[in-house]
Amino acid sequence: MKRHLISAADLTRDDAVLVLDTAEEMARVADRPIKKLPTLRGRTIVNLFFEDSTRTRISFEAAAKRLSADVINFSAKGSSVSKGESLKDTALTLEAMGADAVVIRHPASGAPYRLANSGWIDSTVVNAGDGTHEHPTQALLDAFTLRRRLVGRDAGMGKGLDGRRVTIVGDVLHSRVARSNVLLLHTLGAEVTLVAPPTLVPVGVESWPCEVSYDLDAVLPKSDAVMMLRVQRERMNAAFFPTEREYSRRYGLNGHRMAKMPGEAIVMHPGPMVRGMEITAEVADSDRCTAVEQVANGVSARMAVLYLLLGGSEPAISTTRTEENN
Amino acid sequence: MDTSTDASTAGNTDARPVLEGPDIARVLTRIAHEIVERAKGAEDVVLLGIPTRGVFLARRLAEKLEEITGRKIPVGSLDITMYRDDLRMKPARALGRTEIPADGLDGRLVVLVDDVLFSGRTIRAALDALGDLGRPRAVQLAVLVDRGHRELPIRADYVGKNLPTSLRETVKVQLAEEDGRDTVLLGSKQQTTGA
Repeated sequence: MKRHLISAADLTRDDAVLVLDTAEEMARVADRPIKKLPTLRGRTIVNLFFEDSTRTRISFEAAAKRLSADVINFSAKGSSVSKGESLKDTALTLEAMGADAVVIRHPASGAPYRLANSGWIDSTVVNAGDGTHEHPTQALLDAFTLRRRLVGRDAGMGKGLDGRRVTIVGDVLHSRVARSNVLLLHTLGAEVTLVAPPTLVPVGVESWPCEVSYDLDAVLPKSDAVMMLRVQRERMNAAFFPTEREYSRRYGLNGHRMAKMPGEAIVMHPGPMVRGMEITAEVADSDRCTAVEQVANGVSARMAVLYLLLGGSEPAISTTRTEENN
Repeated sequence: MDTSTDASTAGNTDARPVLEGPDIARVLTRIAHEIVERAKGAEDVVLLGIPTRGVFLARRLAEKLEEITGRKIPVGSLDITMYRDDLRMKPARALGRTEIPADGLDGRLVVLVDDVLFSGRTIRAALDALGDLGRPRAVQLAVLVDRGHRELPIRADYVGKNLPTSLRETVKVQLAEEDGRDTVLLGSKQQTTGA
């Protein structure tokens, strides 16, 4: 694993499996009377959010706090950014404050990469979602949820998702979650199929390591997991489909469609859900929907990422466990 | 915690066994009897092994205790990686498993089990970790080998073998569950100063 986590493509299969294994141990901390580890005591983690987020920000905050790091939340609203400060000057300010890691969410694709490679700061940079580009920690928590449900908590240790069929449905064009998931799930050996109206499939998708289909009903019986994406109206500047009703009828998941999925198959949603649009209340509230579980798993996966990036003298994965005398 | 640099890979061709399989079995039987004696029946004993090899030793000890007392002895594991005091000096490590028996640790006699007692820093970390997991009635320590060179005021309650060593020597415990055979090897360190 590199010093930063910018893209799901930064992770080798061994790295990704190590993050999932570490997340599994972190998840056990949530069952303890004292849900805290002293590991990152004295480290400062800045949550730098230029875009609205509740789930991801509080998830990173909870993860950092459970590892005893100091957390500084910085949101663009009400900060110097609204007065016209540039990303560079904001970064230099954070550097001067001694941030060990910067968790950044930004509406512009590539902002975390710029921050990590500009030489402005020495801190570790973690991408918490940039534009329509990537959201690697979401992909890790999704992979973690998939492995726990489809392979098993203990049975999954050390394993990937080989041969599991994952279908990602909806607004792929505007989804950083979809891109990161395709890359990571492919690395872990899963077979990914994207299902979306042709207008919501990104240009260049043929170079992605996945299949593309326009027919949800044909793909559902062959899916071990179906991941529903929200239609991102705030990023839409044109009419991508005629009406919401038509979108919902062709690409929404209802109880009738869910019945076509194999018995053990699960329904995932990265949130926030728009009930009645991409998913009906019946599906969202069923036992097969993992949306709430994904939130809990998000804290464990982010703890794993922060520990592996900041816990040692250098962020090292890809090395075998070192043993020493004690 | 695990012992240093694997004897075979570190070029320690002169590593010699100080305990063999039958010795280890006898030592564990003796420790089991000592635990029963000191705890007056081992009624509230919980064994917690420190990964990796401490866990195997804890399981073996639990079996022996069950033979002696005829009762089921709760056994678990306690990973101390996140509590180490040298985390910042080495790359981030993979975590081991922490598994606390269902009845918890509150009011119990916890016996920590490890393979080699050396600087004492692992046990210090284990005591810190225990504090976050419950409040035992008392905590004791059982080790297969005590090789000396303590850096903290810590001592073991049950010792398999006291092994006076120099800092230039390495002690390597091998157990059938992990290494395919039971033995304790004493070797000399080549260049590495990982201790």
